[in-house]
Amino acid sequence: MNLLFEAFQFIFDPTSYGGPNGIDTRIIQHLLISFGVLAIAAGIAIPLGYYIGHTGRGRGIVVALSGGIRALPTLGFLILIALNSQVGLFAPVIALVVLAVPSILAGAYTGFDAIDRRTIDAARAVGMTEIQIVGKVEVPLGLPLLMGGLRSATLQVIATVTLADYVGGGGLGSYIFLGQQVGDYPLMLAGSILVVFLALVFEGIFAIIQRLVIPAGVAARPVKNLRPRPITSRTV
Amino acid sequence: MNWISNNLGLIGDRTLQHLAIALPPILLSFVLSVPIGWLANRFRWSRGLILSVSGLLYAIPSLPLFVVLPVIIGTGLRDPINVIIALTLYGIALMVRSTADGLASADAGVVQSATAMGFSAVQRFWRVELPLAGPVLLAGIRVVAVSTMSLTTVGAVLGIGSLGSLFTDGFQRNIQAEIWTGIVLTIALALLLDFLIVQIGRLLMPWTRVVNTGSSRRGSRRSGSVTKAVTA
Repeated sequence: MNLLFEAFQFIFDPTSYGGPNGIDTRIIQHLLISFGVLAIAAGIAIPLGYYIGHTGRGRGIVVALSGGIRALPTLGFLILIALNSQVGLFAPVIALVVLAVPSILAGAYTGFDAIDRRTIDAARAVGMTEIQIVGKVEVPLGLPLLMGGLRSATLQVIATVTLADYVGGGGLGSYIFLGQQVGDYPLMLAGSILVVFLALVFEGIFAIIQRLVIPAGVAARPVKNLRPRPITSRTV
Repeated sequence: MNWISNNLGLIGDRTLQHLAIALPPILLSFVLSVPIGWLANRFRWSRGLILSVSGLLYAIPSLPLFVVLPVIIGTGLRDPINVIIALTLYGIALMVRSTADGLASADAGVVQSATAMGFSAVQRFWRVELPLAGPVLLAGIRVVAVSTMSLTTVGAVLGIGSLGSLFTDGFQRNIQAEIWTGIVLTIALALLLDFLIVQIGRLLMPWTRVVNTGSSRRGSRRSGSVTKAVTA
């Protein structure tokens, strides 16, 4: 417990802030990498997931991807890409995008897939065009599940950015690996506590967002036939 | 390929270490999630509490958890027990929702019939509710098994031996074959275990063999696949 005390001492020590290895710098790095990765992954996965969800084509791809990525050991994947590319940000970013895409894809796709067919038939019957059906019916109704996908992708990315520091990259993981190299356990603890804190903050933010994006009419109706939620698991 | 034939002993050792770390959490999380899932359904307040705690627990990244756990439970930083406990916690966090939903999914009519036939609450749990929750539990433990297998490798960056050590060692010595070996073996072990679990499930739940367990686009929307498997 003394070690924990030292770790918190480091976190609350004003001299731990500022400079290239300051806590503030590391947190900003961690967030910038995470958001950059998420933006790229979302840019790929959301349109693709919507397309698959709307047309029903290529559903097998989503199932295979979200199942297959679970078995892939992230660390090995990170290291393999790092060895085959330049040192620095590039390797982690590519690896992180690959790892984030399946969760978001599954969220976007299941968001559409979970909608009652009759709702979509009704939309078509009242004369909505396909684009209107997607924009006014499927996207709003699918938002909560899409947010669920983004939530697990975010947690996955925050965790993986930490691990990516093993091959270089920056972020809070650097405290863990620096601490390990110089035998400074409290420093490792401090880095870990900061990552946990960051992850929990985002878990909380997404819990709120997921509630806010439920369309008004949906929330009022009693939930029947609870579909088993897609089980998304993290690999880091 | 040369590297593999020259290091078969090392690969075997790492595989055994890997299994020794990965298998206990899978088994433990399955066993422990049953009473916790039951408790979640038992009281009005307990479901929300248990599900939010497990959600938060699952949000904690693994590497930081491996670092923080030793301080809390008083082990060394490189003790494999840290990874075993952390992965058990993740497994429970993942399984509890499946277990709670599965146990709650038994058709009220079926439960009432069991009561009417004279089943006590305990008998009803073991002979009706738990078996009927089987397919949901199976789906949950398959996810836990596969993700635990790959999570186990993360411990290697702290020096906790597993197939992940092939990654870290291969990285430091720049041996790509070693990294590939680790990746392929980890995935192969995960798939093998997944296959075994499915077979065990088929043995224990012969009634699910009739219906295709993969939920169809239309079918899953109308009714839970569980009740369908049971009524078929």
